[in-house]
Amino acid sequence: MSWVSPKGTQRIAVGVLGAATLATLLVLLFIIVFVLEKGLRTLSWNFLFTDPQNMGRAGGIFPTLIGTLLLPLLALAVALPLGVGTAVYLTEYTREGRLTRLIRFGTDCLAGIPSIIFGLFGFIFFVTILKMGWCLLAGGLTLAIMILPTIIRTTEEAIRAVPYSYREVSFSLGATRWATVVKVVLPNALPGIVTGVMLSIGRCIGETAAVIFTAGSSLHLPGSVFDSVRTMSVHFYILAREGVSAENAYGTAAVLIISILLLNVSTYWLMHRFIGRRA
Amino acid sequence: MQARGEKIAQRILLVIALSAISSLILIALFIFKEGTPVMLRMGLRKFLFSSEWDPQAGLFGIYPMIVASLWVTLGAMLIGAPLGIAGAIFLNEFVPKTVLRIVKPAIELLAGIPSVVYGFIGVMVLAPLIRNHLGGPGLSILAAAVILGVMILPTVISISTDAIGAVPNSYREGALALGATRWQAVHMVILKAARSGIIASIILAMGRAIGETMAVIMVAGNTVKLPHSVLDSARTLTATIAFEMASATGRHREALFAIGVVLFVIIMLLNSFATGILRGRLTKS
Repeated sequence: MSWVSPKGTQRIAVGVLGAATLATLLVLLFIIVFVLEKGLRTLSWNFLFTDPQNMGRAGGIFPTLIGTLLLPLLALAVALPLGVGTAVYLTEYTREGRLTRLIRFGTDCLAGIPSIIFGLFGFIFFVTILKMGWCLLAGGLTLAIMILPTIIRTTEEAIRAVPYSYREVSFSLGATRWATVVKVVLPNALPGIVTGVMLSIGRCIGETAAVIFTAGSSLHLPGSVFDSVRTMSVHFYILAREGVSAENAYGTAAVLIISILLLNVSTYWLMHRFIGRRA
Repeated sequence: MQARGEKIAQRILLVIALSAISSLILIALFIFKEGTPVMLRMGLRKFLFSSEWDPQAGLFGIYPMIVASLWVTLGAMLIGAPLGIAGAIFLNEFVPKTVLRIVKPAIELLAGIPSVVYGFIGVMVLAPLIRNHLGGPGLSILAAAVILGVMILPTVISISTDAIGAVPNSYREGALALGATRWQAVHMVILKAARSGIIASIILAMGRAIGETMAVIMVAGNTVKLPHSVLDSARTLTATIAFEMASATGRHREALFAIGVVLFVIIMLLNSFATGILRGRLTKS
């Protein structure tokens, strides 16, 4: 017999576990409140839509906003067709076997690679060997590889959730496999695919290590995909590290956090609508 | 006609489906091609276990960085793993399912916060706290471990929650029917059943902690010396790459890629171990 009754142990356990959970949530709350509290003072339309002056010491963050918009778009333009294509192949066009295991293994490994390695690879392959230099294109391609596993996984899950009977009906009407995929499977999997896209955009927005070595950190507006850009995360890192302007650093961090919050909330809302419709 | 279209579609999709694995091979190929010459020239043992890092003199010993990475990662695990597993148990077993449905996305939000923001909070809030109350420079292994511990929480909680949620309800009911309290059911039955998933979550989180760069570069300080206490500042493997990449050329750059090779190998080992565990669990059930 132990010296505390099972009921007592239960009470202690619940207390400890609850406290740990609460601590986790408080940390989350603290980070968001801390950044917003300090950053919202700097935040204004002016801050968002004017050019930085004196390397970001004064002025706004407009070019970094554009960089943060363009880079994920470019990455998605490459990764989305590849990711969805892979998921369609895995679910609709082949049986489970050695090849699918290899593809899944590759996807899993790619998902675990840290962003600094992507940065190194992008730098040596796109920037140096393919002679692109630091530019939007090199950054976008590097990020495309980085988000590919997320797109593949979420799309595959979404496609698997489409009931098999939908496909049977389509086949019985004489539709080919391809027509079934395009007209029946993908439209029904769309909310899941969009969720994957949002997650990927979030990762691109927050990424620094892979971006700084591939897209560079120019503060000019890019004229083409071969120009260097600076994203908000990179800008924030440079401001914070060099301690040039705490105010503008906090302001940029606030914009970052708000974008991530908006992305997450809309993803959550979308997933719920999706689940609600299924049930 | 239709059949031919189908064949073409299948071929094209097959090529597309190979994009992930070919990217992986390409990455491995170029990192190794750039990084291995330095290792071979110096000898692997000298590269890994000598403490002389002086790029100007052509000395590339990464032992202090390996030790720093290990300390920071272990510290992060000591903080993040218990908190995360406790959270996963609590949310799955002791509160209504609706709470889990609200809290889990909130915790996953923690994963979406950019690592530079974590780093910044480490610099502004945590480092001064450590400097004033525990001593040392503040920017230290301890600060990095705490920040990384928080950063890996979502990984641990998310995967552990899935593992605990996958334990059949009949296990729970069986334990409770035998007169066990909820906690007894949890630690005697449910944790045993979900063990492999929880271990996998910890290994994956470890991979994330070792690979994390931007937060660590900001809070761990910048000293390439063997650390003697957790209050010392240190420079991890990832931080060294990020710090020196901008200015490195020639052999120095090759040495940074060699660090990349070491990281790559560590992460691949950890990840294949974790996915092996997760896959094994899936095929069993």
